Amino acid sequence: MVAINGARALVKTLEKLGVKVIFGIPGGAVLDICDALADSSIRIILTRHEQCAAHAADGYARASGQVGVCMATSGPGATNLVTGIATAYMDSSPVVAFTGQVPRRLIGRDAFQEADIIGITCPVTKHNFMVERASDIPLIVEKAFHIASSGRPGPVLVDIPKDVQIESADVDFEGGSKTTFRQTNYTPHPLQVKRAVELLAAAEKPMIIAGGGVIVSNASQELLAVAELLMAPVATTLMGKGAIPENHPLATGLLGMHGTVASNKLIQEADVVLAVGTRFSDRTTGKMDEFCPDAKIIHIDIDAAEIGKNIEVDVPIVADAKKALQEIYKLLQAKIAKKERTTLMAKIKEFKEQLEEKANCKSELKPPRLMVEIRKLLPEDAIITTEVGQNQMWAAIYLKVYKPRTFISSGGLGTMGFGFPASLGAKVAHPEVPVVDIAGDGSFIMTEQDLATSVEENIPVTVVVLNNSVLGMVAQWQRLFYNRRYFAVNLGRVPDFVKLAEAYGAQGFRVQTLEEFSSAFKKAIRSEVTTVIDVPISPEENVLPMVPPGKGLKWMIWE
Amino acid sequence: MESKNNTIQQEYIVSAIVEHRPGVLFRVSNLFRRRGFNIQSISVGPTEKKELARITITVGGDEKLVEQIVKQLRKLVEVVKVSILNPKNTVIRELALVKVTAPDYRAKTDIVNYAEIFKGRVVDVSHKSLTVEVTGDPDKIDAFINIVKPYGIKEIARTGITALPRGESQTV
Repeated sequence: MVAINGARALVKTLEKLGVKVIFGIPGGAVLDICDALADSSIRIILTRHEQCAAHAADGYARASGQVGVCMATSGPGATNLVTGIATAYMDSSPVVAFTGQVPRRLIGRDAFQEADIIGITCPVTKHNFMVERASDIPLIVEKAFHIASSGRPGPVLVDIPKDVQIESADVDFEGGSKTTFRQTNYTPHPLQVKRAVELLAAAEKPMIIAGGGVIVSNASQELLAVAELLMAPVATTLMGKGAIPENHPLATGLLGMHGTVASNKLIQEADVVLAVGTRFSDRTTGKMDEFCPDAKIIHIDIDAAEIGKNIEVDVPIVADAKKALQEIYKLLQAKIAKKERTTLMAKIKEFKEQLEEKANCKSELKPPRLMVEIRKLLPEDAIITTEVGQNQMWAAIYLKVYKPRTFISSGGLGTMGFGFPASLGAKVAHPEVPVVDIAGDGSFIMTEQDLATSVEENIPVTVVVLNNSVLGMVAQWQRLFYNRRYFAVNLGRVPDFVKLAEAYGAQGFRVQTLEEFSSAFKKAIRSEVTTVIDVPISPEENVLPMVPPGKGLKWMIWE
Repeated sequence: MESKNNTIQQEYIVSAIVEHRPGVLFRVSNLFRRRGFNIQSISVGPTEKKELARITITVGGDEKLVEQIVKQLRKLVEVVKVSILNPKNTVIRELALVKVTAPDYRAKTDIVNYAEIFKGRVVDVSHKSLTVEVTGDPDKIDAFINIVKPYGIKEIARTGITALPRGESQTV
C-alpha cells in the first residue's frame, strides 16, 4: 500500500502494464494526469484533434497487436474520441481510452465540459468504467487492458473524475495480480472439429474465407497449412487482408461487394466453406440469402454471438482461430493426403492474370496501376493504411499484401479520415518500416490537421492522395444507381495539397505521370518528414468489380 | 435473419444474473434497444447474494432471436449468467395493483368477491374506488382485470414477471 494521488496511481499502473505511448490532448479535467505523466517515461503524442488520438491509438494497436492508448479531457474532448472508439469497436481493435470527467460532486449538474461519456460510449465499447475512488485505479486499469485485449478484442473507456485524480489514497498496486479476471474457454469443441473435418475431407470444392480474426489470433500459418492440405482457395474479407500472402497461388483476394472475380465466383461454386474469424458482414456476403445457398458452412469465431447472427451455419466452432485451425489440421492430415486440384489452380491463375491486365491499363495514372506500382516500390513489411471510399477499395483489390498487420483500414464503421492518423500510430509502433496512407482528397481533408502532429513529433509517413476533386465512392453510386445525378459530391480543386503539406512543414509533390509518381514516392518513403503526394485522377473512374448494394454476389459488375 | 424452421413466434423468459451495481440495468436495456430486441416486461431485484441482482425479461420472438439475445447478453462484462426459462418448468409470478371504480355498496361487494376468488387482497378503499392486489401468472392477472373491467378501471400497475426454475435447479 502506498499513499499516492489518483493521477499518479494511473501513470504508475500504465508503466507497469508496459504502456510506451499515449495519443491525446490535455484539458482541464486531465491536467493532473498530464502532470503525473510529465515525470514518466511514457511518450505523449499531442494530436491536433481527439478523433486522431483515437485513430492513432487504433493504428498503433493494429500494427503492433498491443493495446493502443488514447486520452482526452471531459466533455468535447471525450465526445471527439467517439468516432475513433466506434471505429475500433467495429473492427475489434484493442484500444483503451482515458477521459477526464468533472469532479464527482458536479456530475449530473451539467457542469462546464461535462458529458455523459459512459452513456455515450456504452454501445461502442466492449466495456467502460467510471472510476469512483483513487484506490480503485490500478485494478480498474488492469481490468480495462485485460478486457480490451482478450477474447475478441475491442475498445474500453475509463472515465476518471478530476477530484479522483487529485485524491490521495492508499493504493494497492498488486490488486490486479491477485484478482483472476474472467477467462473464457477458447479451445474448440472436439465434436464440432470432427464434424468440420468430415465435411472438409469430403468436399469437392472447399473454399476458405479468412477474416480479421485470423490476424488477431496470429493464425496465418495454421490457415495456410489447412488451405494447402485441402488445396482450397482463400478469399479474405477487408479485415482479413494480409491473413495469407496475396502472392500465394491459393490467395484469391478480396471477397464481397468489391471482391475480385476469383473470390466472388469461386465462393458461389464452393460446396464447403470454412469461414474463420469473420462476422459475415453485409459487405462480404452481398444479399445474405443468396450467399452460398448450397454450401455447407463451417464457422470459427471466438465470439459466440457471431455464430448464426447473420448467416446460418452447419458447423459452429466457438474458439480461438489458431487453436481451432491447429485441431482441424491435425485430424485432417491424418485423414486425407494433400489434394491435387490442377484445374482449379489454372482457373485461379487465369482470374488473377485478368485482374493484373486490368491494372496494367494504358493510361498511366489510373488508380489500379498506381496500387501495383506502390507495391513494387515498397518492402514486404511496409504498412499500408487507407482512408474510406474508392481509395480504400482500389487498395483492397489491387494492392497485394504479404504479411498480417500490414494492411490497416476502417472496415466495419467505414470512417473517412481514419487512414492518416492510423498511419501515424502504425509508424510509432514500427518506426523501422515505411508507412503509407492511401487516401482520397475527401477523406484526407477530414483529419489533415494532424500533419502538424506528424511534423512536430517526427513521425514521417507518406500520404498518397488520389485526388479526383469529388467524393468518389458517393459519385460512383450516383453514376451507377442514380442516373448520374451528381449532387453534393463536388469538392473543387481546393486545397492545393502541396501547399497544404508545406504549410505544416511537411513535404508536398504533385505528379502527372507514373514516372513522376515513382520518383516522388521513392523520395517520400525515405524522407525524414511526412510527404503528401497529390495524384490528380479522373472523377469518372469507377472501382470495379462491384456488386450492386442489396444484390447477391452473382450480380457482380465487371466492365 | 434467414431462418429455416425455428421461426415460431412465442414468448420467452430470459433470466439474467448480473452484478448489482449502478448502470447495469442501463447496459442491459441499451443492448436490447441497440439490437432491436423488444422487451415486453422487465423486472429487477436483489438475489440471495448481495453483490448480485436478477433481471427477468420477457421477449417475444423466435428461437433464433432469443438465442442471439442470450449470446449478446453474455458478452456484457457485468452479466454473470443468462438462461432461458422453460415456462413448463418454472414458477412465474407477477403482481398487479388494480384500482377499480366502485361508487356504491353493490360494486364494492362484487369486486371484493372477485378479489377473493382470485386470492387477491383489497389494499386500499375510498368512497369511489377499491384497489386490489393480485398475484399470479400473467394470465391470471389478465383474467382478473377482465372480470372487473365493466366496473371501470381507473389505474393499473403491474410489476412485470419474475421467475425461478422449479425444483433443485439453480440459475447461479
